[in-house]
Amino acid sequence: MQDLGIKVLFMGNNFIRLLEGLWITIKISLIAVAISIVLGILLGMVMTLKNPVTKTVTRVYLEFVRIMPQLVLLFIVYFGATKAFGWNLSGQLSAVIVFAFWGTAEMGDLVRGALISIPKHQYESGEAIGLTKAQVYMYIIMPQALRRLIPLSINLATRMIKTTSLIVLIGVVEVLKVGQQIIEANRYTVPNAALWIYGTIFFMYFFTCWPVSLVASWLEKRWEN
Amino acid sequence: MNDNEKLLEIHKLYKDYGNGPILKGISLDISKGEVVVVIGPSGCGKSTLLRCMNGLEPIQSGEILLDGNAITGKKTKWSEIRQKIGMVFQSYDLFPHMTVIDNILLGPLKAQKRNRAEAEKEAEVLLDRIGLLDKKNSYPRQLSGGQKQRVAIVRALMMKPEIMLFDEVTAALDPEMVREVLDVMLELAKNGSTMVIVTHEMEFAKAVADRVVFLDRGEIVEMDSPQEFFTAPKTERAQKFLNTFTFEIEK
Repeated sequence: MQDLGIKVLFMGNNFIRLLEGLWITIKISLIAVAISIVLGILLGMVMTLKNPVTKTVTRVYLEFVRIMPQLVLLFIVYFGATKAFGWNLSGQLSAVIVFAFWGTAEMGDLVRGALISIPKHQYESGEAIGLTKAQVYMYIIMPQALRRLIPLSINLATRMIKTTSLIVLIGVVEVLKVGQQIIEANRYTVPNAALWIYGTIFFMYFFTCWPVSLVASWLEKRWEN
Repeated sequence: MNDNEKLLEIHKLYKDYGNGPILKGISLDISKGEVVVVIGPSGCGKSTLLRCMNGLEPIQSGEILLDGNAITGKKTKWSEIRQKIGMVFQSYDLFPHMTVIDNILLGPLKAQKRNRAEAEKEAEVLLDRIGLLDKKNSYPRQLSGGQKQRVAIVRALMMKPEIMLFDEVTAALDPEMVREVLDVMLELAKNGSTMVIVTHEMEFAKAVADRVVFLDRGEIVEMDSPQEFFTAPKTERAQKFLNTFTFEIEK
């Protein structure tokens, strides 16, 4: 019966459908990660301010995101906010909002950590040669902070990619959902389809996350100095 | 040596970090071309004084004037003032992610918007003078402490400051590297640079200073020529301080 299982991948346009599902996964992750990086860097800079108001607000935001399971956040936005405020958010848009909301908070905390790990002297010697605060950040602090951030933010990005599997539950048909549909459709003809489909999805996730890690180690090598 | 043209004036500078005063009304004038060495026991406020002169520390009262203009007001644009007041720190803090030449050119290119080719040429002349032209494209981690500190001095010089502040620049160096850094500073003094130097190297202070300022517990206790100060200190506190640098073996 072994040969029966693999053929489910090539029946009809099953494999293409899986790839289409994967694209949804990748698209949502990419957009959310990109937003998280940009907003996270800004948030991280705000978090290093000594202002008690920004300190409290960012702290509450971060704790809120940390404590809430991502699934609950997804439900709040997709089912809660749409009903309560009458917004018409698609599943995909809700997913991007939630993942960016989560990623920004976590990224912000990583950036904050990287920024405060840069010795005070680096700020001062930058200012001592007449650079403005913005220039000090741009040419001295940020390049060093980003280097320290790579391993941590890659970890976050891959976590975000993997966690997108939750969006099945708000009705987005991404790779996992497509897989389930294929398995269901072939329940009687190919009883062991689950192994092949989920195995394929495993490799799809792997080949999505692996290049990210490769880029990270390449950057780390390149920026060794 | 000086034509009494006051470059930097400090009037009744008072500084408090919030747990007791660090500087209690310091007044000090520095003339053009003068080398002032500030010495004193640790914690006396020497470094704080330099940091106030460069706007790295806010002051509680008093005034600092550069070329006759107050720079301690609320509206001071420190990024402009600091181009005229160069500073070198104890921890040779070059920017680790940049090569030597990029470290040196950052200020001229970004703060002063100078032309790269012309600034680079000037940097090469200075690097050559301190014997580090061959390290131009090295990264700071490839340099010794003394080399890094010399590059840091060149980086400050590139801004063509009117006055240079040195905050214990040799304190973190291995003893055999102290000399090479001090030699660079002696050279600057010879060429007529205006400098304020905080140091623990008494022999160097003797050699380089036009005037020695002895600071203790936040106030200027004694101010004199190096000859006078080191051979015949007038105050008891200065005598006591200088005695800590000599050793007598009791037999």
